[in-house]
Amino acid sequence: MRRPRRTPLISRRSAEEAGLRRPSGPPRRPRYVIALEDVHRVYTLGDIHVHALRGVTLRIERGDLVVIMGSSGSGKSTLMNTLGCLDLPTRGRYLLDGIDVRHYDPDDLADIRNRKIGFVFQSFNLVPRTTALANVELPLAYAGLPRQQRRARAIAALEEAGVGDRIGHLPSELSGGQQQRVALARAIVTNPSLILADEPTGNLDSRSTGGVLDLFARLNNEGRTVVIITHEPEVAHLAKRLVRLADGRIVEDVRYAAVGDPAPDHARAVPG
Amino acid sequence: MISVETMRIAIGGLLANKLRSGLTILGLTIGVASVIVLISVGTGSSRTVQASIQSLGTNVLIVSPSFSIGGTEAALSPPATLTIADADALQSSFNDPDVKSASPVVNASSATMVYGGTSYSPSQFVGTTPSYLTAHDYTIAAGSSFTNADVKNRNHVIVLGPTVVQELFNGADPVGDTVQINGNNFTVVGVTASKGTNGTTDEDDIAMAPITAVQDTLSGYGSINSITVQAKSSNDLDAAEAEVDQTLETQLGTTAESPGFSVTNQGSLLSASSSTSSVFTTLLGEVAAISLIVGGIGVMNIMLVSVTERTREIGIRKAVGARRSDILSQFLAEAVLVSLFGGIFGVVLGIVGSQFTIAGVHPVIATYSIFLAFGAAVATGLFFGTYPASRAAGLQPVEALRYE
Repeated sequence: MRRPRRTPLISRRSAEEAGLRRPSGPPRRPRYVIALEDVHRVYTLGDIHVHALRGVTLRIERGDLVVIMGSSGSGKSTLMNTLGCLDLPTRGRYLLDGIDVRHYDPDDLADIRNRKIGFVFQSFNLVPRTTALANVELPLAYAGLPRQQRRARAIAALEEAGVGDRIGHLPSELSGGQQQRVALARAIVTNPSLILADEPTGNLDSRSTGGVLDLFARLNNEGRTVVIITHEPEVAHLAKRLVRLADGRIVEDVRYAAVGDPAPDHARAVPG
Repeated sequence: MISVETMRIAIGGLLANKLRSGLTILGLTIGVASVIVLISVGTGSSRTVQASIQSLGTNVLIVSPSFSIGGTEAALSPPATLTIADADALQSSFNDPDVKSASPVVNASSATMVYGGTSYSPSQFVGTTPSYLTAHDYTIAAGSSFTNADVKNRNHVIVLGPTVVQELFNGADPVGDTVQINGNNFTVVGVTASKGTNGTTDEDDIAMAPITAVQDTLSGYGSINSITVQAKSSNDLDAAEAEVDQTLETQLGTTAESPGFSVTNQGSLLSASSSTSSVFTTLLGEVAAISLIVGGIGVMNIMLVSVTERTREIGIRKAVGARRSDILSQFLAEAVLVSLFGGIFGVVLGIVGSQFTIAGVHPVIATYSIFLAFGAAVATGLFFGTYPASRAAGLQPVEALRYE
């Protein structure tokens, strides 16, 4: 995998915006990490059309900590897949870090995910039978980084996630909380524009949940943009901004703290 | 496309399921080994046949009496009676310019030789003329051959092959000793150099004496068994055969339709046998190729299982930035690795297996078969790995991540 990546088929303007052209100087970063404009997603199952998203418009600023809540069937998962460039909108525009993702083929989307997004999943989704270190190195390997550099960055990320002493362990040898921390290390190792978490505490006990949420708060305080999708109220306490989704639409959008403020304490009383 | 990193991931994938990888490798190993062994057996048996034809001698025609069907009535005519005079007739340089020599041959099949307290029956006891030794490539290692004078004077002299010397004299020099053959004394005048075995018969297990002496003592004066004709060169073999036919028909008063004898041409035997054995070898190779294909289907099967089983892993890899070509090369590398190991083990097993005598044939490894089998194994892995790998590469990340 150590080979130069094919330059994605991006126009010069958006490529510069996206910072995909590496050569000189710090890239100009747009204000919004995420900009959804009237996004629709329709699944077609035979003759039936399922409207999972019915016109979502959402902008998320750099450094924000946004929690998206909704019951099952509210379009949460579809929104998560769309934000994560795993799925494309049927209608509407999605700009991730200034790049309009609609026009890219699957390989370019893979590159975009690699550079821009760090995923955290409910079921951890570590590659089985592969050490924590190798798991964290994975995105860097696909980015074509040399082995030495990869290793150093992966170890740094694991240490930041508080599992620096577990680098040689296999996922099956780690507790749920530790696995999720490894997954978080993998999410931050590429230094992405966005950390996207889907029910990150869904499979964790309350003690591990606290630790993982603290970690999210710390990462946000370091300036990283975090979007968490959940249905757990405790996670919602962490939000600087809370977005509620129902029936494919945003029904509530509340800000609890300014983007520049430190992340709220998730252990405090229920907001509102 | 396939880098060190891809290989490392692929090896990890194989090690993650050792038993399954091992069995798949075993399937290919058997395929490759059987290609090598069976082609070796084919080559070995064709060498054996060719060696035994070659051992007839160089540029040799063998005339023997035989039934023949022919003529206008399509009647079965009885075999002709060949005599020493017929052999002499073939020596005529006017009628048979391409014949170098013609040696009449009588076989005394039940001759038992006694020396001291030992007795021995050689597998061939031949009464002939000295030219027979030349025609059949016998050289004298000790003493001398019997001569035309011996033939003429009906001298009881004999030339022995090394095997006979070993059996009868326990390897001691027998030249000058006298052996008793069915009650008649023969003086050993020479020992032939060892020709070894031609695969089916021991050519050293032979005793040769003047034809006249053998007729006097052992076979009687009836017809001779055959005439060994040596042509002047291999190019003259066919011309010599025509001349022999012509001369003998005149001599025996038979026709070309029912000559009463047959001529075995070593050259045509060789080409017939080599074409037969190449068909045989090809057939064996094809049978083995089938097992190689079965092995390849095994690779495909196991790769499909592996892709299905690791759907979620593929989803994770895609989510963190793996391109289609990354996934494709990962699974292709696994398939190729499996077939590479299968190929290596198969070559080793094939070479080891070819060291044993199989069905009476000592296999001769054909170098081309090693490269053929190894190349075919790797190509098989590549071919049968392509479909599962492209299926893995084409998975949608959302679907793959959702897969349980």
